[in-house]
Amino acid sequence: METDATSGWTALGDPTRRAIFEWLVDRPRAVGELAALVPVSRPAVSQHLKVLKRAGLVADRQRGRQRIYHADQEGLAALRADLDRFWNRTLAAYKTVVEQPPEER
Amino acid sequence: MNTRSADTTVHASIVVDAPLARAFEVFTEEFGRFKPPEHNLLGVEIAETVFEPRVGGHLYDRGVDGSTCHWARVLVYEPPTRVVLSWDISPTWQIETDPAKTSEWEVRFTAETDDRTRVEIEHRHLDRHGDGWEGVREGVAGGEGWPLYLERYAGVLAGR
Repeated sequence: METDATSGWTALGDPTRRAIFEWLVDRPRAVGELAALVPVSRPAVSQHLKVLKRAGLVADRQRGRQRIYHADQEGLAALRADLDRFWNRTLAAYKTVVEQPPEER
Repeated sequence: MNTRSADTTVHASIVVDAPLARAFEVFTEEFGRFKPPEHNLLGVEIAETVFEPRVGGHLYDRGVDGSTCHWARVLVYEPPTRVVLSWDISPTWQIETDPAKTSEWEVRFTAETDDRTRVEIEHRHLDRHGDGWEGVREGVAGGEGWPLYLERYAGVLAGR
């Protein structure tokens, strides 16, 4: 699963996205249903869902004429992948800092 | 991923051209200089990241407006070879206030030569972040396992 390195950390940093995610944790829902639950427009809900989907936190499937979103099974795998990236990036940046001669700091 | 510990542990390591004592000192005292900038749960920019060098201390971010985010507790502090901290951030990227639901990360510093140090990180017990995670991992791949787990997880969150 390819996700942007920052997506996991930032996807749920937004309160509206967090609310949407928590409604989907409750049970699968259609976009229109979500729009009625959060104080933003339906197009805005769709945008938020796009970000959550890219972060691997939600997935969708077509049911008749509706697209139903649900919390993604890969969610915690995404958390682990995020931590993996976090530590690798942290160590790479750490190497740069620690190898600077002290007088240049 | 054939064992549960592999599923719930993340490893990372690096060798740096720095003596042991300096490697330890920079990692702890200057953590804020190399932490990825997007790792920020404050609503504002981070002014500084503080590592309190003692067991019971915290690793925390202070925002430009003075707000703070304490996201790790120092569990073991053994300069210059080892520290263990908690990871008090939930899978929904909020501060976890129940220590039983936090993971921990250990950092080990080993001198390879007088001027080279290996730094190893083990971030473990990720499963502590959610009730029922293990059950889900062992459960069916169908639609019921994960939503069910998340529902319980949400219940835990809502119960606070």
